[in-house]
Amino acid sequence: MNAVEFIVAGMLAAATPFLLAALGELVAERAGVLNLGVEGLMALGAVIAFIVVYQGGGHLLGFLAAGLASAALSLVFAVIALGFRANQVAVGLAIGILGQGLSALFGKSYESLTVRGLPKLSLPWLSDIPVVGGLFAQDIVVWLSLAATVAIWATFAYTKTGLVVRAVGENPKAAHALGYPVIAVRFAAVAFGGVLAGFAGAYAAVVYTPLWADGMIAGRGWIAIALVVFGTWLTSRIFLGACLFGAVSLASLAAQATGLGVSSQLLSSLPYLVTVIVLGIISSNRRLLKLNGVASLGEPFER
Amino acid sequence: MIASSRPFLPVLVRREHASLTVKLVAPPVALGLATLLNLGLYVLMGRDPVAVFHAMLLEPFLSWVSFSEVLLKTGPLLLIAQGLAIGFRAKVFNIGAEGQFILGAIFASAIPIWFPAATGQWIWPSMLVIGALGGALWASLTAFWRVRLNANEILVSLMLALVAAQLLNYLLLGPWKDPAGFNFPQSVMFQYDAMVPILIPGTRVNVSLLVAVAFSLAAWVFMQRSFAGYKLQVGGLAPHAAGYAGFNEGRAIWLSLLIGGFAAGLAGAAEVAGPLGQLQRSISTGYGYAAIIVAYLGGLHPVGIVFSALLMAALYIGGDNAMVSANLPVAAVRVFQGSLLLAYLVAIAFVRYRLVWRHAAHGSTS
Repeated sequence: MNAVEFIVAGMLAAATPFLLAALGELVAERAGVLNLGVEGLMALGAVIAFIVVYQGGGHLLGFLAAGLASAALSLVFAVIALGFRANQVAVGLAIGILGQGLSALFGKSYESLTVRGLPKLSLPWLSDIPVVGGLFAQDIVVWLSLAATVAIWATFAYTKTGLVVRAVGENPKAAHALGYPVIAVRFAAVAFGGVLAGFAGAYAAVVYTPLWADGMIAGRGWIAIALVVFGTWLTSRIFLGACLFGAVSLASLAAQATGLGVSSQLLSSLPYLVTVIVLGIISSNRRLLKLNGVASLGEPFER
Repeated sequence: MIASSRPFLPVLVRREHASLTVKLVAPPVALGLATLLNLGLYVLMGRDPVAVFHAMLLEPFLSWVSFSEVLLKTGPLLLIAQGLAIGFRAKVFNIGAEGQFILGAIFASAIPIWFPAATGQWIWPSMLVIGALGGALWASLTAFWRVRLNANEILVSLMLALVAAQLLNYLLLGPWKDPAGFNFPQSVMFQYDAMVPILIPGTRVNVSLLVAVAFSLAAWVFMQRSFAGYKLQVGGLAPHAAGYAGFNEGRAIWLSLLIGGFAAGLAGAAEVAGPLGQLQRSISTGYGYAAIIVAYLGGLHPVGIVFSALLMAALYIGGDNAMVSANLPVAAVRVFQGSLLLAYLVAIAFVRYRLVWRHAAHGSTS
């Protein structure tokens, strides 16, 4: 397998943790809530899923437990940031630190242990195409994540639910005047984001690299938050951004394996550097951000 | 009003005046709340809560030896948090102090690594200065991205902190690795003159604690007494008003980030020129992130931060104690830190709001 085939085949799997976490953050931000705790939510989901799978509970139970645990932690965020109207940046940072701490605490006796990942499900014929065939052989979670992407896009584009979430994020006072429960919608959006962050962590720990190591999320939660900005709050662009980051992380792996003589530390920091550069390029288009951004993002709602 | 079966629910109502009393009692209340929660967690983990409490929160203050270690850790936390708080008050969220700290340590280490035979009393002061400049330089990237490219400083500063950690790894595994160090990722030990002089004989507490205290004093003067500090605060509280008054937002962002990076870089330099005496992978045990909590817990006020820095330093030492005596994983400190900040954020909500019990219905009592 050459480097191109390697990247094409693995891109979607590498992109999935970014994609799931970013979609979750997208929903929360569209409702007007900036949850910076994604890194911690992912770390908690990762360790819970790993423990369940390692103890023989299976992948389905692992993902469910991870989703529940991260949703619970994201509700702590919601109670403090929305209920007590605390500074969302500070609460998000605290949740991030707490989640990472809890994951290290729970995972202590599982350090460096491994579990079995998931089998690839291939689409007939398509997966036999040379070079790009690998794209059509993915595990079930990747296929479901693609379906979730389409579902979230359609929800925002075509349904009343999507419209209500956006209204609450754009103009909570107006949404409240129309009789929509602003705080309840925001709670639900944050919890949904928590579930997806938990799934993202679970995928990282029990499917993509099925082993436990403290700090294994390695900034992917933060990149997911950046992806929402890259994608200018649009589902389709967030998907493309996640694919880009999947490809970048695989390319750095491939480069390390072939030993191109580039330092492995430079390659490891490639995703972070790409984030900084792309963030600069997209953000410098102030009109684009203003047009697509969420008007009340990060602001508490008071009647 | 007729009593009904509708549930009685608590509602937050805005106070007419912010409560100073609540502001002062919020940190101790938060500490109590976080302590209770975490002791509960330790019970669930099968540890003896009394032993952990003793090791973690009392022992650091019970002997001079351990209290001197608390003072040693207070230095960097105090420096970084004072710098960050200035930015936070201007609503500039530099959360990458960890990276600025690492760059400070790297810049400072360049002197003894490149001139290992140099002697003289000029070495350690110039290390501190160069380290501080290194931290400010790293932060200036974030400032440029924010001011010129409109990029979110939270994300950029954090990403650059992750890059800084990799840069440190690169130096320690490559060009700066001690050739006689049995392949450990660490630099050579620095010469005697590269060490900050000891402040309190018989302990490891060095002059950098004085530097941190002096910086706190300067931060107080700057924030409470100077016009530049006033402009920063107005920019944070009322950005529109600041704009009308002609206060330049870009300048406020540059100033916030440069001060934050300077302080964090200074702390990093003092760490390699102090207790460590070499550049190592473990130069920072999350000081840059813990300092965010220190800054908030101190109410973003230079005086409050002195107390919260001491508390956080004690928590580090206490966590080490509890690891040895009560077999508590070191990650428990991070859990404690996170829950402490959460508890504090709940507590300070009552500075601006009070709790009123009302019937749950649309406008039934209002």
